[in-house]
Amino acid sequence: MLGIIIGVAAVISMLAIGAGAQKSILSRLSSLGTNLLIVRPGSSGSHGVSSGTQQTLKLSDAEALLNQVSGINMLSPVVGGSAQAKYLNKNNRVSVNGVDVTWMSVRDFSIDVGRCFSSAEVESMGRVAVIGPVTAQTLFEGEDPREQTIKLNGINFRVVGVLKSKGDQGWFNPDDQVLVPYTTAMSILFGVDYLREIDIEANDGVDLTAVQTSVSEILRKRHRIADDADNDFEVMNQAEMISTVTSVSDIFSLLLGGIAGISLLVGGIGIMNIMLVTVTERTREIGIRKAIGAKRGSVMMQFLIESVVLSGLGGFFGVALGAGLSLLVSKFTQFPSVITMNSVILALSFSFAVGVFFGWYPARRAAGLDPIEALRYE
Amino acid sequence: MTNSLIIEAKGLVKIYRLGGVTVRALDGLDLDVLAGEMLAITGPSGSGKSTLMHLIGCLDRPDAGTYVLAGEDVSRMSEDELAEVRNKRIGFVFQTFNLLPRMSAIENVELPLLYAGMSKARDKAEEALVNVGLKDRMHHEPNQLSGGQRQRVAVARALITNPSILLADEPTGNLDSKTGEEILQLFAKLNGEGRTVIVVTHDHDVAGHCRRRINLRDGRISDDRGGK
Repeated sequence: MLGIIIGVAAVISMLAIGAGAQKSILSRLSSLGTNLLIVRPGSSGSHGVSSGTQQTLKLSDAEALLNQVSGINMLSPVVGGSAQAKYLNKNNRVSVNGVDVTWMSVRDFSIDVGRCFSSAEVESMGRVAVIGPVTAQTLFEGEDPREQTIKLNGINFRVVGVLKSKGDQGWFNPDDQVLVPYTTAMSILFGVDYLREIDIEANDGVDLTAVQTSVSEILRKRHRIADDADNDFEVMNQAEMISTVTSVSDIFSLLLGGIAGISLLVGGIGIMNIMLVTVTERTREIGIRKAIGAKRGSVMMQFLIESVVLSGLGGFFGVALGAGLSLLVSKFTQFPSVITMNSVILALSFSFAVGVFFGWYPARRAAGLDPIEALRYE
Repeated sequence: MTNSLIIEAKGLVKIYRLGGVTVRALDGLDLDVLAGEMLAITGPSGSGKSTLMHLIGCLDRPDAGTYVLAGEDVSRMSEDELAEVRNKRIGFVFQTFNLLPRMSAIENVELPLLYAGMSKARDKAEEALVNVGLKDRMHHEPNQLSGGQRQRVAVARALITNPSILLADEPTGNLDSKTGEEILQLFAKLNGEGRTVIVVTHDHDVAGHCRRRINLRDGRISDDRGGK
């Protein structure tokens, strides 16, 4: 019975964690923005050996894409890096993204207080910054950051707004970043002439794959890539990312559930052993029952019911234990967990099935006992 | 009281194979028992009396011969059919009582009725326990009862389905002589009410309580006295 409890608990908690992981990844992905295509430079090096990011993606590529690809609503070049941010005596390392005004819409960000920098400020390489709420808290500790001056790598920037919080995404916290005009980032802050990525928002209702294809075609032409050569960039499509993540996490759930299922099976073998011992211990009782008129079917039913009750009880305790476990897991770790009705029903019916399946043989053995032999048994 | 035959056995043969040796436990035994008789089956060990009891009790089938119980040929029945016959026709009383542990006296007594699928099992079981003088012990478990009381519960259980035969296997073997005597008097009282009682025993004092006594030797009846 302990085996069944552990098995069912494992199935429940594994499926809960799997479902929770999938749900949270999906919600994070969709918070990136809708209709999103991301162009990134490919990694240089060959045969899968990476030797750093290529510097092939230029501002002119972004302009060309905007002008030549149909179906693009807006796009934003992104220059990335990190900088030491300083306000009075407070000092913090933050990631800095040089972006266009359009980025806010493309990546689904909005302003909490203040404003975003304007197109004029982008064009004039204005030294203005929008900061994430976490950054604001670290640097300003509740003080109003608007119109204050912070230093990024020693250069003065005027804070014009604070982003609305999106929540930590694990590998990257969008609330802890500083946005500046990409022009300023390229020429003043980082001194680079290449982009980290180009974020594209396609028009509503446009076939993302078609846009993706024409983006690839134009970039291949611009980068003069031979027909048989690999791209020196990659275009990621959010729908694709979602389906990839979904299928990966489905496989993950299946795997975890499968392993847990095996432990349930082992629990079933435990039930069978218990029942076999019970049948042996109660041989005499079976003999008595047969002597006073129990038929094979009634004896068999009696032991099958006992086995199903055992495994069913184990199932119920297992569901409780599994639910408790997954709640604990989501409370104390980053893994969220979602207990679905389906997984409870699945685990319970599986444990009932285990009871019937592994109770069958002992029950048959009990039913098949010779009454004379059984009565003689000491 | 009728004089009809309750047991009509002809040429019963039962052969056991132990290793390479075949033992003819019953070797063409004939036996007729009238309804309402009180019969003792005696004989030394190895004479075939246990085998005969198993056959009479429908726990086993003969290899040859016929056994007609209350007008019904049971010698070729299937296992489940035999179970039904045992439930309806035979009431067993064993040397070691064979009550189910962890079940109260009344639950033990009503069990055959439950297997028969009869209603009002509880009421009938109560009545049966009152009849054997255990009104105050109905809800006790077997281990809270004395040997004599346990055997009374067993008798009540044996009689609950109103069987044709009360079949007792050394019913006094685990009892002191005084309680043994009480059980035998209970049997005599039941026989007086018209019940057929068969007692298998090696104890001649016990056999002495029965009017008809059959002695077995080598799988056959060697002596049959006191029959009607």
